[in-house]
Amino acid sequence: MTTQPTDEVLLDIHRRMVRIRHFENEAGRMAENGFIPGALHLYVGEEAVAVGVMAHLTDEDQITSTHRGHGHLIAKGGEFDRMFAELFGRVDGYCKGKGGSMHVSNLEIGMLGANGIVGGGPPIAMGAGFANKYKKNGNVAATFFGDGASNEGAFHEAANMAALYKLPVLFVCENNGFGEYTPQRDHQAITDVADRAPGYGMPGVVVDGMDVMAVYEAAGAAVERARQGDGPTLLECKTYRFYDHVGRRGMGRTYRTDEELAEWMKRDPIEMFEARLAEQGVLSADAAKEVHEEIARDVEAAVEFAKASPMPDPDALLDDVYA
Amino acid sequence: MPETENGKRELSYVLAVKEAAAAILNEEPDAFIAGEDVAGAGSVFGIYRGLLDEFGPDRIVNTPISEEGVIGLGVGAAAAGLRPIVDIMFMDFLGECMDEVTNQMAKMRYMFGGRATLPITITTMCGARNSMAAQHSQCLESWICHIPGLKVVMPSTPYDAKGLLIAASRDDNPVFVVMNKASLALTSEVPEEPYAIPIGEANIVRPGTDFTIISYSRMVHESVSAAETLAEQGIDTEVIDLRSLQPLDVDTLVASVEKTHNAMVVHEAVRFGGMGGEIAAQVQELAFDYLDAPVGRVGAPFSPVPFSPSLEQSFVPNADKIVASATELLGL
Repeated sequence: MTTQPTDEVLLDIHRRMVRIRHFENEAGRMAENGFIPGALHLYVGEEAVAVGVMAHLTDEDQITSTHRGHGHLIAKGGEFDRMFAELFGRVDGYCKGKGGSMHVSNLEIGMLGANGIVGGGPPIAMGAGFANKYKKNGNVAATFFGDGASNEGAFHEAANMAALYKLPVLFVCENNGFGEYTPQRDHQAITDVADRAPGYGMPGVVVDGMDVMAVYEAAGAAVERARQGDGPTLLECKTYRFYDHVGRRGMGRTYRTDEELAEWMKRDPIEMFEARLAEQGVLSADAAKEVHEEIARDVEAAVEFAKASPMPDPDALLDDVYA
Repeated sequence: MPETENGKRELSYVLAVKEAAAAILNEEPDAFIAGEDVAGAGSVFGIYRGLLDEFGPDRIVNTPISEEGVIGLGVGAAAAGLRPIVDIMFMDFLGECMDEVTNQMAKMRYMFGGRATLPITITTMCGARNSMAAQHSQCLESWICHIPGLKVVMPSTPYDAKGLLIAASRDDNPVFVVMNKASLALTSEVPEEPYAIPIGEANIVRPGTDFTIISYSRMVHESVSAAETLAEQGIDTEVIDLRSLQPLDVDTLVASVEKTHNAMVVHEAVRFGGMGGEIAAQVQELAFDYLDAPVGRVGAPFSPVPFSPSLEQSFVPNADKIVASATELLGL
């Protein structure tokens, strides 16, 4: 169904994943250095999921995101400078400093917001999918959510309605094995969230969420199905977050072992993809290193931009409560 | 259509709402109506009856019994450029969808720095009537008036219902249009052409010089009735129908109190924590020097809505209770 991606697509996928990794690492450092107020949920380790899906979406397609949302926005085309400015609470942020990490968004490229409420996104994506069908514009709405969110009523209502109306929606479950600090085995009696899909009348697919091409292929089929008017798909991506629930490390939680983390880190989605690209002769190790260096410089410049951006004027407090 | 003696057209509340909805769908191709049983049944209250035949299932959309999904449908569709009208059958069912209402719909514009516009209209039904008991009778407007980002109107008459529903649909914000099931059989003059009543402007339904009753929704009619009784006692009472609770037209209230020097808020909702407290506080802050007594409040007692007709009747405020409270407040 999905045609073999061109080298250009492969390099774009690689670049998007590396952009997420460098942004998130720097965001973690910036939080520890006091530049980022509030809660910061990092996407490192899960890059293949956002990028494997977003590689099929245009600026007109919509997504809803989660509290761990930077990766989704970057994969959708978000700019570093506006994002760091938002995380810093500055006026040049995407949300003028009113949203921060948990609400960073850019509607102009179809990113309908990170969301501080677990399970908040699926109903909104279902509604965006309804609008796409209503307008017959061929666009797709994808909603990213975790294994934890799959226990929320909001997810179930959205899944039922999307399937009922055959909406162009893609339910992407990022199963990272934990709802905050609670392992999946302690929050649901199933192993595969995709098992729930037939209960709503939609296909459920499980893929290796550390393998970006596996995600890319499965997402391609699901997006195509949605665009054809055949309704939603639940795509479950088995993944892992390399950092803590909040921030990088140091929360002192003992909810997972170092050994488990080390095992997953052996399957780093970027390292695995780079090995594959080198093997295929698409991107050499040296060339990959250059990509990293270039993106690291972009991150550095964006941080400087954010640092130079002013805090919002107190007079802006009541702006945009209403249209 | 029935006509009054002077040739003006009268319409029931139910038909006024339906006429407004049809006008909205005719003028705005991006508008649609979604909710439980809005299509074939035209809502259990009949407010959308017949629209399915006129506009088809793409625009009159039956939903599962999934209130969080229904509001989510509206939020997502609005964020993607449509102008949804979503129906929550009974206001009591807000409990099923308060995350979508409070954390998503109300806040999306603000927390995205003004880059989202959410032109959603939510129609819903409040009020104790016909022994619908504790879970189908509540007036919960305080819940939604407390949330920045939402607007709330509560039309008392068929005329207001049509004009406020059209205004809500043309507004670029989420607007709740809360109707009272006890008012659905009321009739009033309703012009045939579409018209909008400005949201945020109160309506003086009975001018007076001695006493101000501030009310909304169903209690406007009880307040007018009470005013007639008070008039017999020599108290010329002004009755103000707020029409809109959020935003609140406090200027009209203050202007009235400057004239009458006494005021009382009347609503069907439970008195404790009800809108009466907020309204009384604002009037007292802004017009303290004009007041001869603290602003009074009439509301339901602090109880779930009871089932038995005799209990339901004693729960809901009425003209007699308003007169009694007014008499006490005025020291008559």
